[in-house]
Amino acid sequence: MTEPHFDAQIDRSHMTVSDEVAIQIENMNKWYGQFHVLRDIDLTVQRGERIVIAGPSGSGKSTLIRCINRLEEHQAGKIVVDGIELTNDLKNIDKIRREVGMVFQHFNLFPHLTILENLTLAPIWVRKTPKKEAIETAMHFLEKVKIPDQAQKYPGQLSGGQQQRVAIARSLCMKPRIMLFDEPTSALDPEMIKEVLDTMIELAEEGMTMLCVTHEMGFAQAVANRVIFMADGQIVEQNNPHDFFNNPQSERTKQFLSQILGH
Amino acid sequence: MSDTHAQTVAYVRDTMLDPKPAPANQSGAIQWLRENLFSGWLNTLLTVLGILAIYGFVSHFYGWFLHGVWNANSLAECRQIITDQYGQGATGACWGVIRDRWHQFIFGFYPPELYWRPILTFLLLFVAVGPVLFQWVPKKLIWFTPAYPFLAVWLLWGGSVWGPVLVALGFVLAYVVFNFVSRFGTIGGFAAGAIFAILFWLFGVSPLAEMLHAAIPLGIEPVESAKFGGFLLAITLGAGGIAMSLPLGVILALGRQSDMFLIRTFSVIFIEFIRGVPLITLLFVASLLLNYFLPPGTNFDIILRVMILVTMFAAAYIAEVIRGGLAALPRGQYEAADALGLDYWKAQRLIILPQALKISIPGIVSTFIGMFKDTTLVAFVGLFDPLKGIPDFIRADFAWKGIYWEPFIFVGAIFFILNFAMSRYSMYLENRLKRDHR
Ligand SMILES: Nc1ncnc2c1ncn2[C@@H]1O[C@H](COP(=O)(O)OP(=O)(O)OP(=O)(O)O)[C@@H](O)[C@H]1O
Ligand SMILES: [Mg+2]
Repeated sequence: MTEPHFDAQIDRSHMTVSDEVAIQIENMNKWYGQFHVLRDIDLTVQRGERIVIAGPSGSGKSTLIRCINRLEEHQAGKIVVDGIELTNDLKNIDKIRREVGMVFQHFNLFPHLTILENLTLAPIWVRKTPKKEAIETAMHFLEKVKIPDQAQKYPGQLSGGQQQRVAIARSLCMKPRIMLFDEPTSALDPEMIKEVLDTMIELAEEGMTMLCVTHEMGFAQAVANRVIFMADGQIVEQNNPHDFFNNPQSERTKQFLSQILGH
Repeated sequence: MSDTHAQTVAYVRDTMLDPKPAPANQSGAIQWLRENLFSGWLNTLLTVLGILAIYGFVSHFYGWFLHGVWNANSLAECRQIITDQYGQGATGACWGVIRDRWHQFIFGFYPPELYWRPILTFLLLFVAVGPVLFQWVPKKLIWFTPAYPFLAVWLLWGGSVWGPVLVALGFVLAYVVFNFVSRFGTIGGFAAGAIFAILFWLFGVSPLAEMLHAAIPLGIEPVESAKFGGFLLAITLGAGGIAMSLPLGVILALGRQSDMFLIRTFSVIFIEFIRGVPLITLLFVASLLLNYFLPPGTNFDIILRVMILVTMFAAAYIAEVIRGGLAALPRGQYEAADALGLDYWKAQRLIILPQALKISIPGIVSTFIGMFKDTTLVAFVGLFDPLKGIPDFIRADFAWKGIYWEPFIFVGAIFFILNFAMSRYSMYLENRLKRDHR
């Protein structure tokens, strides 16, 4: 079994799920050319939910969450984020991208800018925040991810774990209401995974709506309120973490779990 | 040794080692020679051949350089002096031509009493590019940079001040139009601004300039383009071409990557056509063909025409260099910019181009250097470039008939100095950016 990289005490007091719908996906389909990568996806995410998406490689996990902020375009069905439907209308896409933060496997920090500039760029240019205020916000989030002393460095001077925490802080500076994570710890050495997961747990404790593609099953058990299992571009099973891990229903899920948990 | 000891841990260090200095470098001249010039039989052979080649070259030419004559007013006088001093059959350089005609190499046929104008323009060039090129130059000077081209044109060509002022005003108006229209789409804003500016320049500038000049006659003595020559011409074309080809190259590179079919097609055709045609062809187009297409009576300056075509030529190459830089960026940079909500133009300006241009610096500067040297090709359309136009003119004078090497060496040396400076600057810039980002 993958080791849980964090302490068991998690404050669940803020982790309440509201009735409000954050993301609504109905009958969504996507093709890459002739390849049907996402098939009839239906998914409703309430505000405050922490969803972990798991599944074998190539099952379409990344594609699914990248459709939510239109890094990929879907061809059929409907995606509504924060009450705004994703269409070809650039204004809607811009609005949604402001509300949705994303953290990538390879951090994707801007190497030509300092950490502080990485954090203040979008607030200043997209949200039109005054520079002084943007810097204050940036420092606040850098403290939150515990690296305020690195503000003047360049990304290349930081360790992988630090870079990923900066990437999280960069998204948070836009004050998003939803956070998407695409295998945020997969490119990290084991000792750095914990520091990134800790940051994500803190976010969860504050009530952030999170969709997280990850292989960290310990994290899923401790933090998620729902685990979604995908295979071949479809949602095969979803359940609360306890039942998902202890009582999987479908064969694909059982097979996947036995592989990933190493039984 | 007891059993228990052997069974416990395999090895534990009880004292840590202090760092020791690295072994003394095996250095010295002999060592260096052996390692670099005589490390094997092939290397030794090449070294000997190299020395022989250098010896042959130097022994052939050193006399010519050594016997150089500075104080002479004609080639015949030069030869006389050399024969008198070094005997029959001695050869020598006749630098007298440079002393006698240096002003034509530098200024062409610019009126000598107005030399201060090109000199001032040249000095101000450094004030204008300083804040762009060097970090230690006060950033406040940057306001001067956009004003400089208009000031330079006015100083070099003279005439009424209103012409350059109105042309500059065209840019300001284009910006206002752009700002207004770009609310409905950036591309549309560009197009509207550009069309507005071109119409204004074609039909608004000259009548307005005449009116303003009649009301407030402000001006300096005009100098026509035919008087330009030598390095004044080369540097004017080179600096103008460099300043305009970089932005045009960036736009073409982005255009070539655009999702919009028309823009992409236009960019591809432009780049491939211009790169596929020799520069001289374009220069002939500038000098001959444009005359047919332009409305009769328009006086479209030959230097401006040539500058536009040289710019287009360099821009096509720069576009391809920058495309390489764009392709080298990981896709994650675009995705991160998108995910943060930056629109296309902001993402390009703040994230993509700074990185792509940094990668492209060596290629861009190579293109600049090539273009600067290519300005000598304007000799083919009857302009007096420093390498052929001016020396031909000087040789037409009986006093200097038959002088060949000296002008070439002199002009070549100046080109080398200027281009070498550009090359060193590019290396300095690369290093500075490397230090910044790592
Ligand atoms: N741009 C693309 N063009 C064509 N096919 C693609 C593209 N991106 C992904 N695919 C294919 O779509 C399928 C799903 O890809 P996706 O990246 O969503 O999988 P994933 O579940 O995230 O896998 P992993 O765990 O390896 O990250 C894969 O078969 C992949 O090869
Ligand atoms: Mg993936």
